[in-house]
Amino acid sequence: MSINAKDLCKDEFFYGHKACAGCGGSLAVRNALKVLGPNAVAVLPAGCMSAVGFNFPQLCFANNAIISTFAGTASMLTGIEAGFRRRGITDFTAVGFAGDGGTADIGIQALSGAIDRNDNIIYICYDNEAYMNTGIQKSGLTPFGAKTTTTPAGKNVHGNIRPKKNMFEIAAAHDIPYAATATVGYMNDFLEKVGKASQIKGTKYIHVIAPCPTGWGIPVSDTIDAAREIVDCGLWYLAEYENGEYNINHNPATFTSVSEYLKKQGRFRHLSDEDIAVIEKSRDKKWEKIRRSWNLK
Amino acid sequence: MKPYLREKTSFGFTEVPKDTSFEAGYLVTKNSGWRSIRPVVCIDRCVGCMQCYLYCPDGVISIENKKAVIDYDFCKGCGICSKICRPGAVKMEAEK
Amino acid sequence: MARKFLSGDEAFAEGIRLAKPDVISAYPITPQTIVVERLSEMVENGSLDSEFIHVESEHSALSCAMGASASGVRAFTATSSQGLLYMAECLYYASGGRFPIVMMNANRSTALPWNIYGDQRDSLSQLDSGWIQAYAENAQEALDLALMSFRIAEHRDVSTPFMINLDGFILTHTYEEVNIPDRADADRFLEPYETENRLDLNEPKNMAFSAGPDYNYIFKYKEHQGMLGAVPVIKETEEKFAEIFGRKYTGLTDTYLTEDADYIIITLGTIAGLCRETADRLRAEGKKAGVVRIRYMRPFPADEIAEAVKNAKAVAVLEKDISFGNEGAVFTNVNSALLTAGVKIPSYNFIGGLGGRNISASDIEEIFEKTENGTEKVTFIGIGVDEK
Repeated sequence: MSINAKDLCKDEFFYGHKACAGCGGSLAVRNALKVLGPNAVAVLPAGCMSAVGFNFPQLCFANNAIISTFAGTASMLTGIEAGFRRRGITDFTAVGFAGDGGTADIGIQALSGAIDRNDNIIYICYDNEAYMNTGIQKSGLTPFGAKTTTTPAGKNVHGNIRPKKNMFEIAAAHDIPYAATATVGYMNDFLEKVGKASQIKGTKYIHVIAPCPTGWGIPVSDTIDAAREIVDCGLWYLAEYENGEYNINHNPATFTSVSEYLKKQGRFRHLSDEDIAVIEKSRDKKWEKIRRSWNLK
Repeated sequence: MKPYLREKTSFGFTEVPKDTSFEAGYLVTKNSGWRSIRPVVCIDRCVGCMQCYLYCPDGVISIENKKAVIDYDFCKGCGICSKICRPGAVKMEAEK
Repeated sequence: MARKFLSGDEAFAEGIRLAKPDVISAYPITPQTIVVERLSEMVENGSLDSEFIHVESEHSALSCAMGASASGVRAFTATSSQGLLYMAECLYYASGGRFPIVMMNANRSTALPWNIYGDQRDSLSQLDSGWIQAYAENAQEALDLALMSFRIAEHRDVSTPFMINLDGFILTHTYEEVNIPDRADADRFLEPYETENRLDLNEPKNMAFSAGPDYNYIFKYKEHQGMLGAVPVIKETEEKFAEIFGRKYTGLTDTYLTEDADYIIITLGTIAGLCRETADRLRAEGKKAGVVRIRYMRPFPADEIAEAVKNAKAVAVLEKDISFGNEGAVFTNVNSALLTAGVKIPSYNFIGGLGGRNISASDIEEIFEKTENGTEKVTFIGIGVDEK
């Protein structure tokens, strides 16, 4: 199933919000809701999207939407899904939009519980690779080498010393019915995955890269470029987990330069050649494994 | 269907709900003041490919009669539409 | 109506069965477990038509219940001690969102040191969380509160979550004979939950939003009004309950021989029974003793307490709680009530039962004696600090 711009529902469900100009997260939320339609019931934990979308009386969702506790995106989705079913309503989609911290750190327990129960929900992690709402602090999904306000880059330590947690495979390891990775840079791929998830029963997890110009140190007009380049240079990949198998959707013949991708972003500008070599090496190792053991489509 | 600006923008004691539940899509402020530059669509160059519509984080671009139309009440002037436009139909101009 | 020999937990589960929550989300913790075990069995055997959701933590238990409540259905959860503290964030969230969830809390000591036995430091630490707090004395009252709680919490003027506290082990695990109402009577007493505070596909809502300083203040005022609104609703609910089931309850407090009492113990939970027995014994010796059992800590029965003790010579507050560096929370609340009402009598705080330590009849006698003769402001009964 392919979803193009012209197939998208004309309604705008997330509108008038106060996200920063060029916000990748708001783009992910906006378009996912356009795929899911007016009967999407959205749960957003404390974080950027709830902060910018729900300040009474400025309420920026046209569909049903509710803020959950920071740790409680998945558990509130579970309750809503059960509640709607009890009311005899079947034509709705319970969908969560949580950031990287809300997903990989504080919300991972509730997410794991929901996948374990196979609750019929879609969980979308918009990953901007740090706690951006509170002012760019390191999360479990901040990549190696990134400078944040809690992983400063100095002479002794060059930013974050740990790689990103692998949330896609953590979700998959629960034997979830459907998991996928995406980026707002390749929107059609993302929309297709959201559409596919909406047709599958059980828990669905989609992990979408959503650059934050403020936190990444890029111009506000470059969100989409960065979101494409991260895939083109091989530091992110477009994949799916379905029926117990990993599939890679896009297998680049050659990668663009990791160094160029990094050097464009303020958060990586301090990295030495050695640091960049470490990042390239880990990319190569990951892709070697992907190409060896995943289905190449 | 879309959140839209309402006439009533403030609420007195009795009008504030007792629970944290309110009509969806209720807008009381615009975002136009955020812009230092604004996208301007050159109608002749616009081919209606919808890429600007697809990638706008604020959803302020619609395609009418196969041409991009911008809602300046809510456009923040990020310039993604201009960068994404292959025919070069969207130019960023300084706000006066 | 059936009569059965049940533990407090089991009796409470019967009450929940009759209340028919749509969604039950719970995580096991001693001594609450029997409630959720019985409810699971009821769902399995079809005597209860609910969604039983096996959440992976107490935080998720209440978060899930809030999701269910926000979709407009009746939700129940149960916890105890560490679990209550773990979900504390959600307590405030549920009351702020005006979700009328009912929760059973098995009163249990809080670590450290680890201890599974009953005291009330868990729930009393959450007095400010915006939940109605009731304390049951026996299994029958636990069952009846289970049924009454939904009617009170869900009332339009209240819309406030409801916590029912059962003393760990002393009540949760002790067997008594209880009356179990018939289904038809229960249905007559408690109507299905209806609310506009819900997500709705026909009239979409944005819920659980932020509110800046000006509006936030108004929401908090209304939350306070909702809690105060529970007072008449509790009265009306108990009248309806008595009409249908024949059992009478006495509102926010339960007084015993207070009219002419010189010395009164104010307490809550199961220990009230022993206090009444002791009062009887002292009366036989010619001493005018009385007891006030606080049934509801929130809304707080300030007027009722002041009225009950206004003619006494002194009062004691016996509680299974201590706010370190100060006194027990119940004592603080009672003193405020007396001061406000202009009741100028000595009051003394007796701390006991922490970590489940036994409170004996002689302890109670000693409390009455010390109240008569005067003592320190805060006394840990039977602590043995003076022993060699």
